[in-house]
Amino acid sequence: MTTLDSKIPAGPLADKWNNFKANEKLVNPANKRKFKVIVIGTGLAGASAAATLAELGYQVDAFTFHDSPRRAHSIAAQGGINAAKNYRGDGDSIHRLFYDTIKGGDFRSREANVHRLAEVSVDIIDQMVAQGVPFAREYGGMLDNRSFGGAQVSRTFYARGQTGQQLLLGAYQQLARQIGLGGVRLFNRTELVDVVNIDGRCAGVVVRDLMTGEISSHSAHAVVLATGGYGNVFFLSTNAMACNVTAAWRAHKRGAYFANPCYTQIHPTCIPQSDDFQSKLTLMSESLRNDGRVWVPKNAGDNRAAHLIPEDERDYYLERLYPSFGNLAPRDISSRAAKRAVDAGQGVGAKQNGVYLDFADAIGRLGKSVVAERYGNLFDMYERITGENPYEVPMRIYPASHYTMGGLWVDYELMTTIPGLYAAGEANFSDHGANRLGASALMQGLADGYFVLPYTISNYLAGWLNKSIPDTSHPEFARVEAEARDRYQRFAAVGGTRSPDWFHRELGKIIWDYCGMERSEAGLDKALSEIPALYEEFRKDLRVTGGTEGVNQTLEKAARVEDFFELGMLMCRDALDRRESCGGHFRSEYQTEDGEALRDDDNFAHVAAWEFTGDPMTPNRHVEDLVYEEVHFQTRSYK
Amino acid sequence: MSTTLKNLTLKVWRQTGPDSKGHFESHTIDEITDEASFLEMLDILNERLISEGKEAVVFDHDCREGICGTCSLMINGQAHGPERGTATCQLHMRKFTSGDTIVIEPWRASAFPIVRDLMVDRSAFDRIVESGGFITAATGGAPDANLIPIPKPVADASMDAAQCIGCGACVAACPNGAANLFTAAKISHLNLLPQGQAERFSRVENMVETMDDYFGSCTNHGECEAACPKEISIDMIALMNADYRKAKVKNRKQLARS
Repeated sequence: MTTLDSKIPAGPLADKWNNFKANEKLVNPANKRKFKVIVIGTGLAGASAAATLAELGYQVDAFTFHDSPRRAHSIAAQGGINAAKNYRGDGDSIHRLFYDTIKGGDFRSREANVHRLAEVSVDIIDQMVAQGVPFAREYGGMLDNRSFGGAQVSRTFYARGQTGQQLLLGAYQQLARQIGLGGVRLFNRTELVDVVNIDGRCAGVVVRDLMTGEISSHSAHAVVLATGGYGNVFFLSTNAMACNVTAAWRAHKRGAYFANPCYTQIHPTCIPQSDDFQSKLTLMSESLRNDGRVWVPKNAGDNRAAHLIPEDERDYYLERLYPSFGNLAPRDISSRAAKRAVDAGQGVGAKQNGVYLDFADAIGRLGKSVVAERYGNLFDMYERITGENPYEVPMRIYPASHYTMGGLWVDYELMTTIPGLYAAGEANFSDHGANRLGASALMQGLADGYFVLPYTISNYLAGWLNKSIPDTSHPEFARVEAEARDRYQRFAAVGGTRSPDWFHRELGKIIWDYCGMERSEAGLDKALSEIPALYEEFRKDLRVTGGTEGVNQTLEKAARVEDFFELGMLMCRDALDRRESCGGHFRSEYQTEDGEALRDDDNFAHVAAWEFTGDPMTPNRHVEDLVYEEVHFQTRSYK
Repeated sequence: MSTTLKNLTLKVWRQTGPDSKGHFESHTIDEITDEASFLEMLDILNERLISEGKEAVVFDHDCREGICGTCSLMINGQAHGPERGTATCQLHMRKFTSGDTIVIEPWRASAFPIVRDLMVDRSAFDRIVESGGFITAATGGAPDANLIPIPKPVADASMDAAQCIGCGACVAACPNGAANLFTAAKISHLNLLPQGQAERFSRVENMVETMDDYFGSCTNHGECEAACPKEISIDMIALMNADYRKAKVKNRKQLARS
């Protein structure tokens, strides 16, 4: 077990980022064009990083597997983005946002990173407004705010229920400008299939053109992975269909450590599953909990229609259990409370697999038009999916996989354990600890891409000025390309009977049952025997129709599912070895008398960073101790 | 609550590449619950095709929440199908009845060449945005976000335009294959805002002219507005045209001065 160097700058917490900027190595403007940076992924982190690096003068090649950079899944974020602007004068500050995020993460995130995030949050709002993001305004023309889970201030900026869309379009437009100017070369419908390391540094990537099936190499001075999270390992999640772990996983297999894979966020407000063949779950924004009240019938098995259940036979369990945060208790806590209610037989709906989110009080208090103004598009979406009108009957909601706090291990400069390879946004592990607060994912993606990477990357690149780096004629590129070709040929040649989706669905069930909202040693042991068995079947019985040339979505899926198999094993291993409960990681053996997470700060106040050894079942565990200078461990209470 | 639809006939467009000849292929769906989404029905069909050793139908889709704009199907001749203000991925089978024949085609527009089956290439939209669909504001150095108050009605109108998901339904629905609604939505989003004024006239000129390089001309049919999953108003096109006309005058005056 080695200790990882997180390269946290010296000085008091509030000065660390300034100290870093004061001491980092810079690249002069005329020299920037000598450096090439590859950015994989064009979501908030990738698009903002690519655009900013190109503005600075670096040569940037950006890759997306979508047809357009604007399709990245950041676009689906609904509720908002946090920033410590304190425009409400309600007691917010950089320190308050920092502290809320640390506490929300259940004291499992890196203090210095989180403080930097809170510092740059204010710049993000300024930047996005300057770019023309139409945030919600008050009548006087000032920006409006609302509140989100885990905070007692209103610091969330929003654009109707489509904040992610508007922020991504802002970053995309800035990227588009650079593409038009020639600062960025865009490769669309192109997927990363491997990372190439030469002489101890990341030398480039191997990619596959999804239109032709052609596999090719690209070399660069530095590579940024901004490829999102791995929530689709559960098969059913609120992630888009194409979200996958492949880029991060290929990097992991080439030497990048993977941190805290068991920290996954199960979002409390999603539309419950209605059928076995369902392809994905749909999120209903957390912002709805500002005005909606969560309840279940007090009596198990009560299947009367909601309006027939009298007030005194309803259990508004979040308001009862967590009076000071009420319906805005953080996500992990709300999710587990919903699971407890459904497990106790108090679930609602035909399948008894949900809880109510009721707007009757809000409609009575504010009027239907105000509620429609705030949440109209979400109500419409709910009705399209369920066929029920939420203005008249309460919504039914249930938790679903939504976000992954774990990801590639990065140091303070966002560099992975492979020199020259960076990870940004959801793809890294750095800022959210064991649980992410609402409206903080957009904040982190844009912070990394706009305000962190452009500074930290020069610190690395400066050392390579006027030194030659290997180009794609180096034999290592040819070797990795050949491996990639063999891999796709292998999928096409199995000739079994089951589709990649079938295996993905079965894998998802195992992970959800044993490594979902509640984990136990026995369950995880079971998962660690079932996953390799299913993986073995996958290798023998997979059926991919069509060839390796031209568009073949079945083939693309097969490769992504294989990576999910290996990641699934690591997730369960990590969950097994973390013998405590914290945030989204809830081990049934470690809970308080009233069922809350029981942390073990003496033994587990650290990041677990896993090294790939060749066999996904026997990874090496390394740790980075989390040293808190500013905050003190507390039992997280929202009561 | 849920009911089962029986005996649906799908006529699906199959085409192996941009230059090959396409054809309709018929498939029967014996039973499906009305809670299924339209794309889940296609998923089930594809599972069946794979199990029979056949190639799955290629179609574009991603978020399945109606926001990414990736899905793009012509369903019974209507872009995104029969439900107003709804993208294909949010369309559910309860909008159909047992015994229906459903014709599924890709977007049909010369600016959107077919890649394979139901997948088309919409990169021309990106070219339009690259030519001016942005506000130049380099990272860092932006003034405080509350420095310029923006009246709520202005912010709301801008947001109405900014909702566009770039799916291309407007082009597919247009008899001329025009992209005026898409282009006008992006221009209006930015030109309505105070931050967008500096580049207002160069933006409209560049974007309209790039649009004309790829797409057909608008003759005010209004099919685009009816097909738009975000119900973006055709009024945006009027705003764009007004700004384009002004730009031609203003920019010429500037030219004379220089």
